Amino acid sequence: MPKDSGIGASSKRREDVRFLTGAGNYTDDINVHGQAYVFFLRSDIAHGRLKSVDTSAAEGMPGVVKVFTGKDFEGVGGMPCGWEVTDKHGAPMQEPPHPILAQGKVRHVGDPIAAVVADSLEQARDAAEAIDVDIEELTAVIDMKAAAQDGSTLVHDDLKNNICYDWQLGETDDAKVDEVFANAAHVTTLDLVNNRLVANPMEPRVAVGEYKRGTDEYTLYTTSQNPHVIRLLMCAFVLGLPEHKVRVVAPDVGGGFGTKIFHYAEEAFCTFAAKACNRPVKWTSSRTEAFMSDAHGRDHVSKIELALDAENNFVGLRTNTYANLGAYLSTFSSSVPTWLHGTLMAGNYKTPVIQVNVKAMFTNTVPVDAYRGAGRPEATFQLERVVDKAARELGVDPIALRRQNFVTQFPYDTPVALTYDTGDYNGTMDKLEAAADLAGFAARRAQSEANGKLRGLGINCYIEACGIAPSNIVGMLGARAGLYDAATVRVNATGSISVMVGAHSHGQGHETAFPQVVADMIGIDESMVEIVHGDTSKIPFGMGTYGSRSLAVCGSAMVKATEKVIEKAKRIAAHLLEASEADIELKDGQFSVAGTDKSVAWGDVTLTAYVPHNYPLEVEPGLEETAFYDPANFTFPAGAYACEVEVDPETGQVSVEKFTAADDFGNIINPMIVDGQVHGGIGQGIGQALLENCAYDENGQLLSASYMDYAMPRADDVPFYGVDHSSQTPCTHNPLGVKGCGEAGAIGSPPAVVNAVLDALNSGGKAVDHIDMPVSPSRVWAAMNG
Amino acid sequence: MYSFEFEKPSTIADAVAALAAEDAQALGGGQTLIPTLKQRLASPSALVSLSGISEMQGVCVEDDGSVSVGGATTHATVASEAANTYPALAALAGQIGDPAVRNRGTIGGSVANNDPAACYPAGVLGSGATIRTNTREIAADDFFEGMFSTALDDGEIITSVRFPVPQAASYQKFLQPASRFALVGVFLARFADGVRVAVTGASEDGVFRWSEAEQALNTSFSPDALMGLHVNPMNMIADLHGSKDYRAHLVSVMTKRAVAACS
Amino acid sequence: MTQVSMTVNGKSVSGDVEGRTLLSSFLRDHLSLTGTHVGCDTAQCGACVVHVNGEAVKSCNMLALEADGTDVGTIEGQSNADGSLNVIQQAFQDHHGLQCGFCTPGMVMSAAALLKENPRPTEAEIRKYLEGNLCRCTGYHNIVKAIMAASGQDAGSIAAE
Ligand SMILES: Cc1cc2nc3c(=O)[nH]c(=O)nc-3n(C[C@H](O)[C@H](O)[C@H](O)COP(=O)(O)OP(=O)(O)OC[C@H]3O[C@@H](n4cnc5c(N)ncnc54)[C@H](O)[C@@H]3O)c2cc1C
Ligand code: FES
Ligand code: FES
Repeated sequence: MPKDSGIGASSKRREDVRFLTGAGNYTDDINVHGQAYVFFLRSDIAHGRLKSVDTSAAEGMPGVVKVFTGKDFEGVGGMPCGWEVTDKHGAPMQEPPHPILAQGKVRHVGDPIAAVVADSLEQARDAAEAIDVDIEELTAVIDMKAAAQDGSTLVHDDLKNNICYDWQLGETDDAKVDEVFANAAHVTTLDLVNNRLVANPMEPRVAVGEYKRGTDEYTLYTTSQNPHVIRLLMCAFVLGLPEHKVRVVAPDVGGGFGTKIFHYAEEAFCTFAAKACNRPVKWTSSRTEAFMSDAHGRDHVSKIELALDAENNFVGLRTNTYANLGAYLSTFSSSVPTWLHGTLMAGNYKTPVIQVNVKAMFTNTVPVDAYRGAGRPEATFQLERVVDKAARELGVDPIALRRQNFVTQFPYDTPVALTYDTGDYNGTMDKLEAAADLAGFAARRAQSEANGKLRGLGINCYIEACGIAPSNIVGMLGARAGLYDAATVRVNATGSISVMVGAHSHGQGHETAFPQVVADMIGIDESMVEIVHGDTSKIPFGMGTYGSRSLAVCGSAMVKATEKVIEKAKRIAAHLLEASEADIELKDGQFSVAGTDKSVAWGDVTLTAYVPHNYPLEVEPGLEETAFYDPANFTFPAGAYACEVEVDPETGQVSVEKFTAADDFGNIINPMIVDGQVHGGIGQGIGQALLENCAYDENGQLLSASYMDYAMPRADDVPFYGVDHSSQTPCTHNPLGVKGCGEAGAIGSPPAVVNAVLDALNSGGKAVDHIDMPVSPSRVWAAMNG
Repeated sequence: MYSFEFEKPSTIADAVAALAAEDAQALGGGQTLIPTLKQRLASPSALVSLSGISEMQGVCVEDDGSVSVGGATTHATVASEAANTYPALAALAGQIGDPAVRNRGTIGGSVANNDPAACYPAGVLGSGATIRTNTREIAADDFFEGMFSTALDDGEIITSVRFPVPQAASYQKFLQPASRFALVGVFLARFADGVRVAVTGASEDGVFRWSEAEQALNTSFSPDALMGLHVNPMNMIADLHGSKDYRAHLVSVMTKRAVAACS
Repeated sequence: MTQVSMTVNGKSVSGDVEGRTLLSSFLRDHLSLTGTHVGCDTAQCGACVVHVNGEAVKSCNMLALEADGTDVGTIEGQSNADGSLNVIQQAFQDHHGLQCGFCTPGMVMSAAALLKENPRPTEAEIRKYLEGNLCRCTGYHNIVKAIMAASGQDAGSIAAE
């Protein structure tokens, strides 16, 4: 029987009512009295030296309040990077400055050169057109491998080359790795590209800065996944403001997918300009601007080699990756190709020797940072593509080859720095085989063939490290922040509860799922609990939502705070019931004395806490507790996915006919929401596999700068998805036993789709080894026709 | 957008007069023009809306049996009102963009714009239609002059398009995956006196007639008649979504499918 | 500035606008009806879909003055008279057809237009009809399911459940 409330219930989302009636409050819906608008003049040249920026004509244009250039920010800090990666020789990464407005050089199409603040946006834009910019165009650095060559043009003149770091993880002894490969019975090698993507939350970024001279206080409304992180970075590293004078509000946010984690120049600009102009300043990104200013995702070029022994056991794995960081280091960019990618190269397999090599490159492109999955999709894609290719080369069943190499004993220490606490990869694969009706595939293939189509089946396994992250570990690895989270449980006198959380909900349904936990723990109705998030003036210092961490980390803090509340409430109840605290039990919102029929209701105890007339003197009045939770380990959601495609052999058109996901997320609080997260991830993964491609030409011009050329998945590009979450091995180290589900779909689906396409082509007699994503009709056709 | 005046006349004559002003421009459904203005790629002094002119609205059958579509008729209206009289044209209109775009976008705007990936130009050229303006009639064969270029003069308004109705016709559209315009679209119409094949999406020169295919189909109207026939890839568009060779290949595939649909 | 008048969600409204003022801006900035969202500048995302004289229209791609004298419906006017969710809105909540909610107003308005035209659409018809509405969160699964449910079809029977 499915539960109808509390943990495990598919409670309907309460936030939906405002979203469905047009009553949401997104950042662009916020207008502050007297606000001015900023328009950023952005470079249309990928790489060039700024010889002069003449704003004099613009300054006199109608409605113009003030015009800013890089010079106005010379005394101000630049955009910081939150993670210092150490390269394989022990040196810190090269870390070039990232000014709010370009100084000296422009480094990508979209790099902001000047900002015009005016009474209206159109006036700001008119004035921006009157700015005279003289740029000496330089050779654009676009191709990563060329950028790594000695003598390449430098993106940053002060760096020794374009390589941010040359990093390694796993086996450090090259000779040992060589030996494993030399002795292998079979080696499968694959060169592949993980295509550059644009996250494209449907809500473009917006920032509104406000300054009150009377109290010397700033407010920034922004489309962020983590308002406290923005406040900290902006105050401490960019503008040098005292945090207590700055409030950052991230109201309803229309999707993030990673790209709204980062602290962006426009946020710092609006905050700064609000004081400089003595007026609130608003910026609303157009979609075109979003394409050239939101951090992009992925963009790896890799070679992966898998060594197998004569029994088809994986004995060695080596990867060499070029990872594009773009022109500047975005907030968490440096961690993505390293600690979020290299550490996942073991996948679900017990490969004993693994070596991961990553060169991270500066190029004249938009900065690249975390996008849904962040590093883990890149790892999974390489691994699962090479495993699939190995199975084809060896003529063995791809599922059997995977099963044979699965990790089966837990905890398991991988050769790439992680300890998997728990999992059941065979059990999850069993669920997949049943849910996807793999037994019926042959018949479905015959049916497709009768209709003139090729049908393929693609399998994929993934593991991810979520619940980011133990602060002490990430600190050792170079993180410049802690990655705990926090929650305050404030019980009101009448027993209703407000929970202030550091996590931020921008689609994940925290406002519904988090109360399910608290209500369940106390035994009250979910509607008695509300979640407050997104406003630094209201919530404790938490790190926000990304990396599938909200419930595992912030939810754990909430559980701990609720436990503290319950403990205190029991002391009050014991007093009221004239019993010993140890004998008090809480069930269904009633405190009772064990073994008696004496009880007192939750509401009576909470009222007593605030009206402490009959009260234990040694206990403080009030009922409000805060907890911080720092995870002991990552969590390790894992799964097995199956995709069936049809390929039209005449046109190369691929259609996804069936998609099934079997995931192990540990315990599940709200199955409806979890299914939805997986659906969304799969949708994006199918997008990456078949449609999406952020492309630059050799001059650094962005070819896919709008939805006219950047293909977003639409409703008719995807099928209904089958989702099975019945494989559940609870996380061993957090109180809820939850692992995180937000990114799984996006990690697990691209290889399944590509494997399916290749299976289809090979079944049709086309010996095609690999097609790079997006597997567009033209690429499939080209591959089929040699 | 730069600022402009807005006018909404109710007769063609008033519209022509309004368009005589310097830098005035006609506004059909705005589905192409408004995004262009947002990018500040055009700066008309005035937009003259054609949506209030009732004589430019709707689909009707003329005495000779041809179907006439008013220049300001939306794609949605053509999709429903021409469904019985010229089903292939209605089907084409029903494949343009999405429902909301079809509720605003007009045939006049589409034909005047002559986007190399647009659908209507293939239907108009493939049908051998006649474009009627406030001053003259122009045969489709003389109208389309290459990408975004037509025989229209400044201020000239497409008041209607007259389509002779073929015995059979079909529009086969292969979607560009991002914009959903035609990566390649083929409109094939079979008349008593011959076959016309018009191709959109593919060529650097915009919509064109594939005369080799027409000849082959005049000899034998079957997909097999096209065996071995290919357009020259040299003139095809190459972009993110498809190479020249791929587009050339798709022209053959889509033409065969159109023949099959008409057989 | 020119005066524009129209009926929005059953109420007559008017305001002074420029030639270039878009219907979406008129709704959001002049009438503070911020439920209509703007997600792109090429008329592709559909976050801005409203009804003009009963037809779905992308309000980011229509001049406010073009809507003079029309009857405009927005997401704010969709609920039942007592403020409760209408059938489509309720189906979206019941079937988790939204996550971040940004695409949702456009989705609901498009769904309403579809069901008016085609009261029992098939899955394929729904997917086709939503060609101009992008959602980045849901992978469309639950949106399609919600629309099927809103049309009185058994969404529970969807194969891949
Ligand atoms: C999301 C989206 C998807 C689309 N998909 C497709 C597609 O798949 N296939 C396709 O073919 N098109 C597509 N379009 C374009 C759409 O069909 C437009 O409606 C059409 O191209 C232009 O028609 P309009 O009435 O909107 O013209 P407008 O945008 O108003 O005007 C376009 C040009 O034509 C001029 N003009 C307008 N009417 C007349 C007239 N009667 N006489 C002379 N000149 C005139 C204008 O001055 C302007 O220069 C799409 C558009 C969008 C926004
Ligand atoms: S905002 Fe109107 S379609 Fe995107
Ligand atoms: S719910 Fe977020 S875009 Fe659709």
